[in-house]
Amino acid sequence: MVTRQVYLDHAATTPTHPEVVDAMLPFFSEKFGNPSSLYSRAREARKAVEEARIKVATALGASPEEIYFTSGGTESDNWAIKGIAAAHRKKGNHIITSSIEHHAVIDPCRHLEKQGFSVTYLPVDEYGRVDPAAVAAAITPETILISVMTANNEIGTIQPIAEIGKIAREHDIFFHTDAVQAIGAIPIDVDALSVDLLSLSAHKFYGPKGIGALYIRKGTRAETLMHGGGQERRRRAGTENVPGIVGLGEAIEHAVTDLEGRTRRIAAMRDRLIAGILDTIPKSRLNGHPTQRLANNVNIAFRYVEGESILLMLDYFGIAASTGSACTSATLDPSHVLLACGLPAEHAHGSLRLTLGEENTEEDIDYVLEVLPGIIERLRSMSPLTPTDTR
Amino acid sequence: MTGYSDRVMDHFMNPRNMGEIADADGVGEVGNPACGDIMKICIRVEGGRITDAKFKTFGCGAAIASSSMATEMIVGKTLKEAWGVTNRAVAEALEGLPPQKLHCSVLAEECIHAAINDCRTKNGLPAWAEGPEAGE
Repeated sequence: MVTRQVYLDHAATTPTHPEVVDAMLPFFSEKFGNPSSLYSRAREARKAVEEARIKVATALGASPEEIYFTSGGTESDNWAIKGIAAAHRKKGNHIITSSIEHHAVIDPCRHLEKQGFSVTYLPVDEYGRVDPAAVAAAITPETILISVMTANNEIGTIQPIAEIGKIAREHDIFFHTDAVQAIGAIPIDVDALSVDLLSLSAHKFYGPKGIGALYIRKGTRAETLMHGGGQERRRRAGTENVPGIVGLGEAIEHAVTDLEGRTRRIAAMRDRLIAGILDTIPKSRLNGHPTQRLANNVNIAFRYVEGESILLMLDYFGIAASTGSACTSATLDPSHVLLACGLPAEHAHGSLRLTLGEENTEEDIDYVLEVLPGIIERLRSMSPLTPTDTR
Repeated sequence: MTGYSDRVMDHFMNPRNMGEIADADGVGEVGNPACGDIMKICIRVEGGRITDAKFKTFGCGAAIASSSMATEMIVGKTLKEAWGVTNRAVAEALEGLPPQKLHCSVLAEECIHAAINDCRTKNGLPAWAEGPEAGE
């Protein structure tokens, strides 16, 4: 029955690029040494880790000694937020973040609230944008950290990070950004953005899962979460995930090469997909910002139908998509991001996220545009909410 | 992809009794669009027995499959028998539901009860709160 397999969930994860796999392979069995050991086999591993660190630093406009390898985006976010909070608690107990952050930022903030911190969750406009003026207005003498994501994982809205970074710098407040969705999608330079801490995760840009990094600006004190060894200049203990680190280095080098050309091709497919859906399916609307959005993100709300049933039918036709973020698809609550954008819960339930990647083709877009209208029509015909005149 | 049984997927992709009944003898509608589930079941009752049932559902795959299965299970039953079609019976007939989706079968049971009570009150009979009394 299934005629075609189309993967449109690249914001959830990407396939590891074959060249990345090739770069990683020797570090499983041939060059398996522990980078902390002293013999030559270990030196190979040590060298590879440091080369990867240079690649990550270069991609961000940072210095290698400002890059710390972690297990991924969630650990990086946790470290940035809890680490700054613990190290600067004497200075103040207030944190500013946004209401549309990934749970890897929101949940550590909620945890800190239980420890006596106060957190401001800034609202967003209907497109999911944080207003830099609202950031400035929320600052108090107690504020020690501002954390706003570079681009949202669900609706793809790109935040005014440089402006927020400037405000943070003027007030001498640390600025963290979760750039997990932004690497390989928009140019990132930690100095131009005035960022002090930045989280990234390899599997979002064709690297392996289970490896990421936290950029910590030189001179920034952040308490260590992981104790137990001298790795990562004593700031993150644990034997290095050498194959993962090598994969991250290789993947980030690919991700920032010809960034503009690659994203232009993907953005063209995105725009055709959005226009095609909005043109052919009545009572559908685009979630997120019309222009300030990631090149690969399509997020559409369909009235009268529920998102999971759209996913199931798409899956039947070989199309892999998502509703909100993959991490929350096990819960039944509507997306906190869409609710923050002012969408009524009922409409938020009927939202579909399609995120494109390098391997998608124009034929994939044609196929989705061929299949999706029929799915929505069929589900609407089953729905008691559908008014008779839109059928 | 979601841990649904083949039976759930069958009832989701090929729903039985989807639609509405004009001048139905009983209509039940339960759920809340804000929670992401609304279920509506119409029943035709002849001689105290359900002769036809149709559903419309806004909700996830499990909600659609539960309402499809529920309509199949109540056709041919007396109102009293249909009242006894429990959420557990619906879930079992679907070869099980994932734990976070069991509420869909609860919704189906509530919807059957709502349709039956609508039929009873339309006929001047008191609604059943807990179900048929002994001797009814």
